[in-house]
Amino acid sequence: MAFTPTPARQAPPTEIGVLGWLHKNLFSSIPNAILTLIAAYISIQGLYWIISWAFINADWVGTSRDDCTSDGACWVFVSVRINQFIYGFYPPVARWRPNLTFALLVGFLIWLAVPQIPYKKLGAILSLTAFPVVAYFLLYGGAFGLPVVPTSRWGGLMLTIVIAVIGIVLAMPIGIALALGRRSDMPAVRLVCTIFIEFWRGVPLITILFMASVMLPLFFSEGVSIDRLVRALIGITLFQSAYMAEVVRGGLQALGKGQYEAADALGLSYWQKMNLVVLPQALKIMIPGIVNTTISLWKDTSLVVIIGLLEVLGQVRQALADPNWLGYPAEGYIFAALTFWVFCFSMSRFSQYLERRLDTGHRN
Amino acid sequence: MKHKSDLTQGGWLNLNNPRVRSVVYQILIILGVVWAVATIAGNVVANLEARGIATGFRFLGERAGFGVSQALIDYSSNSTYSRVFFVGLLNTLLVSAMGIVAATFLGLFVGLGRLTPNWLVRKICMVYIEIFRNVPVLLQIFFWYYAVLQTLPRPNQSITLFGDLFFINVRGAYAPRPVLESGIGILTTLLILAIIAVIALTIWARRRKRDTGEEFPVFWASLGILVGTMTVGYIATGQPLVFDIPELRGFSFDGGMRLRPELLALWVALTVYTSTFIAEIFRSGIQSVSHGQSEAARALSLTERQRMKLVVLPQALRVIVPPLTSQYLNLTKNSSLAVAIGYPDLVSVFQGTALNQTGQAIEIVGMTMAVYLIISLLVSAFMNWFNKRVALVER
Repeated sequence: MAFTPTPARQAPPTEIGVLGWLHKNLFSSIPNAILTLIAAYISIQGLYWIISWAFINADWVGTSRDDCTSDGACWVFVSVRINQFIYGFYPPVARWRPNLTFALLVGFLIWLAVPQIPYKKLGAILSLTAFPVVAYFLLYGGAFGLPVVPTSRWGGLMLTIVIAVIGIVLAMPIGIALALGRRSDMPAVRLVCTIFIEFWRGVPLITILFMASVMLPLFFSEGVSIDRLVRALIGITLFQSAYMAEVVRGGLQALGKGQYEAADALGLSYWQKMNLVVLPQALKIMIPGIVNTTISLWKDTSLVVIIGLLEVLGQVRQALADPNWLGYPAEGYIFAALTFWVFCFSMSRFSQYLERRLDTGHRN
Repeated sequence: MKHKSDLTQGGWLNLNNPRVRSVVYQILIILGVVWAVATIAGNVVANLEARGIATGFRFLGERAGFGVSQALIDYSSNSTYSRVFFVGLLNTLLVSAMGIVAATFLGLFVGLGRLTPNWLVRKICMVYIEIFRNVPVLLQIFFWYYAVLQTLPRPNQSITLFGDLFFINVRGAYAPRPVLESGIGILTTLLILAIIAVIALTIWARRRKRDTGEEFPVFWASLGILVGTMTVGYIATGQPLVFDIPELRGFSFDGGMRLRPELLALWVALTVYTSTFIAEIFRSGIQSVSHGQSEAARALSLTERQRMKLVVLPQALRVIVPPLTSQYLNLTKNSSLAVAIGYPDLVSVFQGTALNQTGQAIEIVGMTMAVYLIISLLVSAFMNWFNKRVALVER
């Protein structure tokens, strides 16, 4: 007679399905259940208040503040000035130029970021050589029949993107050079690089921006005048390259010593060792750090408002000072916050995706 | 080991000799740095002369002639620029210390919230972190100042908290102010004695535990000693500590302690922004302690509190403290954004107003940067010391 086990009894209903999930995650014990009820009450109240203020009771269409009649948010304030928030005082007829530039930028980013698209090397070379030239003439003009738009008219989201992209692209090579210098065998090089990095990392960006706008003109011989945007960019690039250098140094240190020794044993020169063995592996480890630095640079661009460059936050503040539109600070700041948030949040999600994709299990 | 060759191998200044090459590179770099510094210094001197700006630190002894809205030390418009420097420095340290304490507690709270088994609490903490981490702190400062604190009611319609003790209105937050009366000296002495007793008790309990393995409820005993001594002392010395409660007189408040809206906005924004990073640091620190450690602790039948206190936290702290200190440093540096809403910190009154009045950019920006540099050097010195102390001894 064969042994026939009795079929397993079904789990009690409180352990499976929706009930089981609720029991396990929300009501596993009495204190936990009380916590759940309090948290649910607070979040429902908060959500209700936010939704009714921002959506249900809000005014969306109109042209002046008289169209804001309900007691909710007045999004008319944002919608009548949306072009100013995006382009600053860039001439309306020329707005296709920043549009085209950023379309190109997005195209290059997709080319470089999506793994399925081939010819990555060509994309990288083009985006670092041809694109900056094209972008300069498109945005600033002065050639090919494009009239010059002085940087004093740039502003809004466009200026944020310009500052962040230029800052990160310039900071990258300087940061790599500084990190290599800090790990060099030559004591003088090491000392110079360490002092440079620690100096910029030790002071707040705002004092650097002050320095760039007040002291930088004193550093050059008389008669040399530098554009205000360029001065801010110099300050931001130096600041950012110091942070980038520390990210790169972390990546270099994470790499096993054996890699360096193997390259030395093969008789590679210093630059061959770095270019062929160390940097390709280290850069992969650094990518999350680089994205994090990019995110903080993106947020730090808002500080240029203090030296009078009007990026998104600056434009919003200027709009808030308009006597016809007094009294809508919440709407203005929430709009600016959303713009920053969308960029930073998507970058942090992209970095998490990269981390998963690049995690080939080499480390440990 | 690196191959060390003689400097003169292959003839003098043979660039194929790596040692010679390295010396040449270093000399070139030092010459380059010296040249750059000399050029800049020369240009600066020439420019300052051309603009007729004075140099040197003589201005520090001169009368500043402007008022500062919040000063922790005696200050009037007759005070000197060096006084302005210290007023600003103290205000920077005040808001940084307030922010660090609040952000640590809030961050710990939210970080633990992300680790609870309660799904709803976990999600709420995650949403909080994702919202406030991804918005620039300057924008948050503006938001709290202009969109929240400036829209509060006037003083005569203040929002009150805890009965009639705390008030919030458009002019700031008001709280009872402790007033010291005679007899406070005895109470302070008692407090110091109680603290010494607690320390002695801790040492004794630790020693007893080492010798006999028996636990002593140090926390509850210490709490008892402190609260007991203070209560008895307070009554016995005739209640030397009373509170001056703010009171509405006409259109403003009298008495009490006032937190200006600028300080409040800066404090809240710095706290909220930094707490998101601190929460993630606590979470990843606690998660970095491998699961086996917790299981081993349970196998030894330690209680949940003992497991946390004796096994998980000591190992997590090794991971937590270095990034935590660098967040404290970031908060201190971010407090310089005070200039945007007019809180009188170092950057705002010294690098702002004093610089505008004297025009001595080099000296003033240099002094301001030196302050921040010294703070960050001190913090990184602490961090190196800590890392050395807790570093794993690998065999």
